[in-house]
Amino acid sequence: MKQIDAEILEIEPAAKNIFRLTLKAPGIAEAAAPGQFVMIRPVSALDPLLPRPFSLHDWSGSQGTIIILFRVVGKSTRILAKSRHGQKLQVVGPLGKGFDITSAENVCLVGGGIGIAPLLGLAKQLLKTDTKREISVLLGGSSGAELAPLAEYFDIPGLAVVLATDDGTLGHHGVITDLMANHLARSSDWLVLACGPMPMLKAVSYLCRKNGWPCQVALETAMACGMGVCMGCAVKSAADSGNKGYLHVCKDGPVFWESDVAW
Amino acid sequence: MVRDKPDLQVKIRELVLKNPVLTASGTFGYGRELASLVDPVRLGAVIVKGISLQSRAGNPPPRIVETPCGMLNAIGLENIGVEKFINEKLPFLRESGACVIVNILGDSVEEYGQLAEILDNVPGIHAVEVNISCPNVKQGGVAFGIDPEAARRVTAEVRKKCRLPVIIKLSPNVTDITSIARAAEDGGADAVSLINTIQGMAIDIQTRRPRLANVIGGLSGPAIKPVAVRMVWQTTNAVSIPVMGIGGITTPGDALEFLIAGASAVQIGTGNFINPKATIHVLEGIEKYLLEHEMNSIHELIGSLND
Repeated sequence: MKQIDAEILEIEPAAKNIFRLTLKAPGIAEAAAPGQFVMIRPVSALDPLLPRPFSLHDWSGSQGTIIILFRVVGKSTRILAKSRHGQKLQVVGPLGKGFDITSAENVCLVGGGIGIAPLLGLAKQLLKTDTKREISVLLGGSSGAELAPLAEYFDIPGLAVVLATDDGTLGHHGVITDLMANHLARSSDWLVLACGPMPMLKAVSYLCRKNGWPCQVALETAMACGMGVCMGCAVKSAADSGNKGYLHVCKDGPVFWESDVAW
Repeated sequence: MVRDKPDLQVKIRELVLKNPVLTASGTFGYGRELASLVDPVRLGAVIVKGISLQSRAGNPPPRIVETPCGMLNAIGLENIGVEKFINEKLPFLRESGACVIVNILGDSVEEYGQLAEILDNVPGIHAVEVNISCPNVKQGGVAFGIDPEAARRVTAEVRKKCRLPVIIKLSPNVTDITSIARAAEDGGADAVSLINTIQGMAIDIQTRRPRLANVIGGLSGPAIKPVAVRMVWQTTNAVSIPVMGIGGITTPGDALEFLIAGASAVQIGTGNFINPKATIHVLEGIEKYLLEHEMNSIHELIGSLND
């Protein structure tokens, strides 16, 4: 874990209300793993006060750069979207426990909305590992206008990308779990790795449980510290997981086995 | 003559703190979490996350919400319990050589006493800080910290059960904090620290629900600093034991305000979340200020408020 003042190399709109931020982050980029996150403070002023957590979308250890994909949802992200090339931002990371991709199953990545962000770095890491496994990427969004530009990042040989939109303007007309049921039925040995809004993750988790597919989910909560000291990012743990009470998204996660989380 | 390095040492009874910059309980974990960013040995002391006799699961989420220049929290005193703390968390800090102050909390006077007794015999602990903002379960749930007599009794009990320096952490949610501070002094406290968080509340106007599951939370951060400075100033004028200032410190200037008001030391809390290296930034800034103002010792600054 490092704390640096990272220079903005590039900030560009990626889709409606979604921006792609490239930062010079030596020391952080080299240590990054899929599913981990960074805490970014958009201003040095006191309002907004706290840094915000962002998943790592992509990174290059050799170039010492990290890329964040974020949606504008409030004051901090509005400020971040208006930041400019050359400006410096306080960045702490890499933080948290990422995806466990040590097993050799076929892998299905499931992303919804801005939850698609961490799946790119994950997909690239999976492609680097020397196995013959199949990598499916199921991406969902509200509309084609939102989803198409994000899906383009996954236009990489070796990835089988399938899309779904709520309004039917791109890919399957419906939710991502419809696709999972059809797509994964062909084989039984899938590892599902998902990130997206809580209702989507809940549905994915339910489907995986029903079909016996092991599943990891990347969760998002409000955080103050990002490093396991404030205890603010608690989520209820599953009663039978052996962990009593609460899990902490920043330190125990953000990636959890779905069976550890109380849905 | 001004020396190269001003003397930053402050004393709490016989305990010498190498400098007046400490971490506030619950904002620096058990020292290890931030150790790659801040060497705990550089700090006056590390005050660890509040510990109770038994582990506590804490409150349901959402537990935190940001407010203008501040944050509300209702963590619910989640902690691993004193036994696990001693066995699993303390060894790292002990071996690091850091000055360790253990924050304790309980539901009854007896529980505070038991905790003090347990910690008294553990190597590597230099003082205890007593969180008296907790409800007194046996006495109708009124917080110890808002009743002078309850505050005095808790202090006396902890004092009786341990030889370590005892710091009483005061709640600001009272009409007159000096009456509680005097009660702590009467009970045998070696120092008081203030302020704990100020009770607050935030509402989501779309859902018309409270933003915290616990409805009410504790406000911290720069928003509360003027209140804290005022209470520290009042308290230093009311007691003769050292006072530690806490509340919204993020910069050296913030810390200097507390010291000038009369605080012998400061604790940095929410500031650690904003900038994990805030303690070091503040420490270096205090040193620079003393040099610039040709002061040999921090004691020339403490309580130096002009009319």
